[in-house]
Amino acid sequence: MNKETREIVIPSQLLGDIKNKKAGHGTFIENGKIYAEILGVLSADSEHINVIPLRGRYDPIQGDFVIGIVIEAMSSSWLVDINAAYPALLHVNEVQWDVEFGETERYLNAGDTVMAKVLQVDQEKKLQITLKDRNLYKVKGGNLISVEPSKVPRIIGKKASMISIIKKYTRSRIFVGQNGRIWIEGEGQDVQKAIEIIELIQKEALSYGLTNKIEDLLKKDSKEVH
Amino acid sequence: MKSEIKLIKNGKRLDNRKNDELRPIKIEAGVLHRAEGSCYLEWGSNKVLAAVYGPREAVPRHTQNPLRAIVNARYNMAAFSVDDRKRPGPDRRSREISKVISEALENIILLEKFPRASIDVSIEILDAEAGTRCAGLTAAAVALVDAGIPMKDIPVACAAGKIDGEVVLDLGKEEDNFGDADLPIAIAPRTGEILLLQMDGHLTQKEFDKALDLAIKGCKTIAELQKKAILEKYQKNMEG
Repeated sequence: MNKETREIVIPSQLLGDIKNKKAGHGTFIENGKIYAEILGVLSADSEHINVIPLRGRYDPIQGDFVIGIVIEAMSSSWLVDINAAYPALLHVNEVQWDVEFGETERYLNAGDTVMAKVLQVDQEKKLQITLKDRNLYKVKGGNLISVEPSKVPRIIGKKASMISIIKKYTRSRIFVGQNGRIWIEGEGQDVQKAIEIIELIQKEALSYGLTNKIEDLLKKDSKEVH
Repeated sequence: MKSEIKLIKNGKRLDNRKNDELRPIKIEAGVLHRAEGSCYLEWGSNKVLAAVYGPREAVPRHTQNPLRAIVNARYNMAAFSVDDRKRPGPDRRSREISKVISEALENIILLEKFPRASIDVSIEILDAEAGTRCAGLTAAAVALVDAGIPMKDIPVACAAGKIDGEVVLDLGKEEDNFGDADLPIAIAPRTGEILLLQMDGHLTQKEFDKALDLAIKGCKTIAELQKKAILEKYQKNMEG
């Protein structure tokens, strides 16, 4: 990857030839040429040309951890908004409780927040999520913030480096959903700090050496406190 | 129609433009908070606001297509956009424009990526001079890019026409009202594909070809402005 510049590309921009590179995410091929199909940042490795989106909805992938908000309780399932183009279905068989038919409202209601895993995405893009996995439950308390779904990898960092730094210095519990929703729980001041840091990461998502920069910033702050 | 006023004097048009000159255009991307993508465009005295919502599940359900997304463009003129108050709500004219704009956009958006969904494009004409459908489509295209919707090209529209027997680019208000013909087109600038073509009035084959060439040339100029507007917004974000 080119270290100096991150180039912003817009749809229909010519990126290369299929003779030299393969077309990756966010690109399409026409007459042997590769073009960008979305607004994003160019990222080319030795094999592929990719465009990382700057904007847009969350594109669900099976196995992703997300934070959803219940839209509606139906007789044997719930409809949950996970910030994708389509609402996701949460069936009673996919929760830890023993729910009787028609009694879904006793467990989850419209407006409740859940941490969930994407169970299935089919060809018609019908979505199913599940709560049956480690540490998945209905959220009680804490703060929920939203970021651009495309910035989530930066907030987590390589091997979760970034997020563990934030957790360490702000002493908060943080859960980052791949769909751009982040749940934070902790002391009022620490939460405020974590939110500020996440906003900063979002703003500077395209710069280099961000993890070190954030760590320095947090270190300096924590010294001032003690 | 016979001209009631002289539209070309000493080789200059009413607003001192040359025959192949556009009105001044200003484009700004991402102006609205709650929409996924938006654009504000000024084209001469036209003022247009376009917003994109979605992709989201299409309602009512029978409008869904299990294989691809549908595009709902809604062109609306504000009551205060013209000299006499326009009766609000969709009428014959705005429904026609909504339809042709939807169809033009359907041809460049990669619809197969979002089965069962709808992409809703709202185009509000705040101030109308002439050529609002071209301004609306041009603004909608920028809003779609701003919304991060995958597309093959950024469509762009522009009109040409005939006034006082001469073929000119981008008709102004009087030229539209008292001119001989109006030819709005929309193209995909990368391939040159025509996405929309309408004509009002009469042109000979020769005049038509000339007008079409002129309009395509105008489209290509505007396409550069669109790209500049998008890059300006996101490059600024990157530095900040």
